[in-house]
Amino acid sequence: MNSSDRAPHPENYLTAGEPGLWSWLRTHDHKRIGILYAVGITFFFFLGGIAATLIRLNLVTPAGTLMSAETYNKAFTLHGVVMVWFFLIPSIPATLGNFLLPLMIGARDVAFPRLNLFSWYLYVGGGLFTIGALLLGGVDTGWTFYTPFSTMFSNTHVVLAVVGVFVVGFSSILTGINFIVTVHTMRAVGMHWFRLPLFVWALYATSLVMVLATPVLAMTLSLIALERLLGVGIFDPALGGDPLLFQHFFWFYSHPAVYIMILPAMGVVSELITCGVRRQIFGYRFMAWSMMAIAVIGFMVWGHHMFVAGQSMYAGIVFSILSFVVAVPSAIKVFNWVATLYKGTIDFHAPMLYALGFVGLFMLGGLTGLFLAATALDVNLTDTYFVVAHFHYIMVGGSVMAYLGGIHFWWPKITGRLYPEGPARFAAILMFFGFNFTFFPQYLLGYLGMPRRYHAYPEPFQWLNVLSSAGASILAVSYLMPLCYLGWSLWRGAPAGTNPWRATGLEWTTPSPPPVHNFPLPPVVNEGPYRYRP
Amino acid sequence: MMPTTLQASSIAPDIDALFNAMLVLSSVVVVGVFGTMIVFCVRYRRGSPADRTERKNQSLAVELTWTLVPLALFIGLFGWSIGLWQRLQTPPADAAVIYVVAKQWMWKAQHPNGQREINALHVPLGQPVRLVMTSEDVIHSFYVPAFRVKQDVLPGRYTQLWFTATRLGHFTLFCAEFCGTDHAAMQGDVEVLPPGLYAQWLERHASATLASRGASLFRQLGCSGCHGGQSTVHAPDLNGLYGRTVALSDGSHIVADDRYLHDSIMLPALQVVAGYAPIMPSYQGRIGEEDVLALVAYLKSPAREYAHEQQ
Repeated sequence: MNSSDRAPHPENYLTAGEPGLWSWLRTHDHKRIGILYAVGITFFFFLGGIAATLIRLNLVTPAGTLMSAETYNKAFTLHGVVMVWFFLIPSIPATLGNFLLPLMIGARDVAFPRLNLFSWYLYVGGGLFTIGALLLGGVDTGWTFYTPFSTMFSNTHVVLAVVGVFVVGFSSILTGINFIVTVHTMRAVGMHWFRLPLFVWALYATSLVMVLATPVLAMTLSLIALERLLGVGIFDPALGGDPLLFQHFFWFYSHPAVYIMILPAMGVVSELITCGVRRQIFGYRFMAWSMMAIAVIGFMVWGHHMFVAGQSMYAGIVFSILSFVVAVPSAIKVFNWVATLYKGTIDFHAPMLYALGFVGLFMLGGLTGLFLAATALDVNLTDTYFVVAHFHYIMVGGSVMAYLGGIHFWWPKITGRLYPEGPARFAAILMFFGFNFTFFPQYLLGYLGMPRRYHAYPEPFQWLNVLSSAGASILAVSYLMPLCYLGWSLWRGAPAGTNPWRATGLEWTTPSPPPVHNFPLPPVVNEGPYRYRP
Repeated sequence: MMPTTLQASSIAPDIDALFNAMLVLSSVVVVGVFGTMIVFCVRYRRGSPADRTERKNQSLAVELTWTLVPLALFIGLFGWSIGLWQRLQTPPADAAVIYVVAKQWMWKAQHPNGQREINALHVPLGQPVRLVMTSEDVIHSFYVPAFRVKQDVLPGRYTQLWFTATRLGHFTLFCAEFCGTDHAAMQGDVEVLPPGLYAQWLERHASATLASRGASLFRQLGCSGCHGGQSTVHAPDLNGLYGRTVALSDGSHIVADDRYLHDSIMLPALQVVAGYAPIMPSYQGRIGEEDVLALVAYLKSPAREYAHEQQ
């Protein structure tokens, strides 16, 4: 790429246009919208984190003396709702995905820039409803809104929270549509499907799930509001409804939603590892197809959340085997990442440490998922802390590690500044240990029979809970650290240059921060991704 | 200090065997993968003199190996678990039935001979027990970790679980499905007694049987006014109804099981018997699930007894 010599240097996207907040709030630039999302999800991450802190503090004593049962129930509901819908689901796709997708495929922007901005406003609008529910006194149903508790029994602001989630759902549907159309129609010349970086494949698979699953959530939440407000009998048996119907609807969305949260993380990690190892990904096509397989099979496993809920024995058998099958593509990915290390030239910079941490924690989360796929074991383990530990290994150990790894990796591209490597490595390592310290004891608690969502618990469970809370304090420090040194680097970081990692990929061929329409001249692609030279 | 994972039911050792097998298998995978990662990370760190020639970027044979080997293992584990699952889901025919009604935030149990208890359950050692459960309000979940059994308890339907206790003593019963403010306090004590002591306990707490309590409810609530032998109201005859196939006014047929009888009392407009006017009033809100259980027990009792009560 020697085009930058000849083309005039357009202004970068951060400083272009009129200065001030107003130009950001009206922007159609996917990069700026990515940053708007980043601000939003960071706010919600720490809001959800405060709730988590209260939960862990309360569980230090068996009697749960810090909070009343009512407050505790509201705290874990807030934690779940905020972390799932306002942090995890938009986290990687809406921030890194928005920023990087057009850059990676050599496009000027996403297909529908205005729709993209609208998605962000929906996200903020949904967030306001949720914060409103919180300020008015909170919600105590758990993030799963199980009926008939949520429709006929809870005396809290269920409808407000449900409306918030309903609205934010449309934000993810619109983002999904935008990404699908962008990948189909806006790839650069020569960028055919099997030259796409795996992060683009991941976003594509994620978008399909978003578009196909989220409407079911919207419908289900509307039915909750209908039953709660108008007494239409849908889920409450006293009105002639069926509470299990709700669970089928809810998990038909919420299981695929797990893949909305983890697929983008898998994409990020593939980018991080190839650069850290300086070699091509092992088994590119298997990596791409395994993500598509996860997206498709992921739609057929929702019943594994309901093995003891009252569905038939045969439904349990079918959902069990499908749940084992969906673990196969995940196993393929772990093995391919490890194989990529073979004969590489490995640099242990912070993004690589996050990626390695991801592989380890994701594997532990995935393996314990097999225990839960085995119906006979699930009977004992479901609705205990074993499940809590399992999905935190995937969602926090997996997705959050990958998100932070990605933020570090593309930080120079996004901001034009380098972050300080020392504190970043320290935070990554601290996070890995803090995480295990927090959540591994929870596997043991669940195995020993401690049910989840318990405000108080029998005394023999105490020491494991204390261990978990102690770990959580370490984890909290490791989450606050990036906020400090990344913030510092915005002003004091060294200028990054176009390609500080010497990474492949079109995003590294344009200046940092990139110009408004990404590339001075439209790029032409003539080889596959990850053509690293050691 | 460590809470023990007592095995107190006949299925617990078999569940734990599968758990332990998966634990060993997972540990092998974790050690293998972590070990490989560490070895690669050390050997191929930047600056190391390791040989890096002849790298391959793909290999169908390798990919197929690590696709098919896990798949085969998974199918094996699935098969193992399904055998246990079927055992968990199939109560022995000779199991003693105890009815459980859950409500915010307590567990109520009724034994067939009329013994009733709250947040406690007495069961005999070594004899299969089947719990037939329903809820008065929201979804709860009956969970005894020492027995390795758990089953959600739903309003508007009957779910069941069974176990054979193999160890004497007290075991904690938890509610495992979030059910509102005092969810965490919804615990109970399951006491396993030697069969002799259990029989004594039953005797000490005996009162009217469930079916006879149902018979008196049948009169008190006015059911007999319409469904009784000499009634002038045109209402279906309930003699020998249980287990029979009933023709409904919408042309469909249904087997009169517990759930049908329950719904006919609580939601009579849902399934109207062919040839009858939908004039039965709903008892929703007027009687609780425990009374419904008694009424159903009465309707299920041999027709002879039922006819006798009518006179």
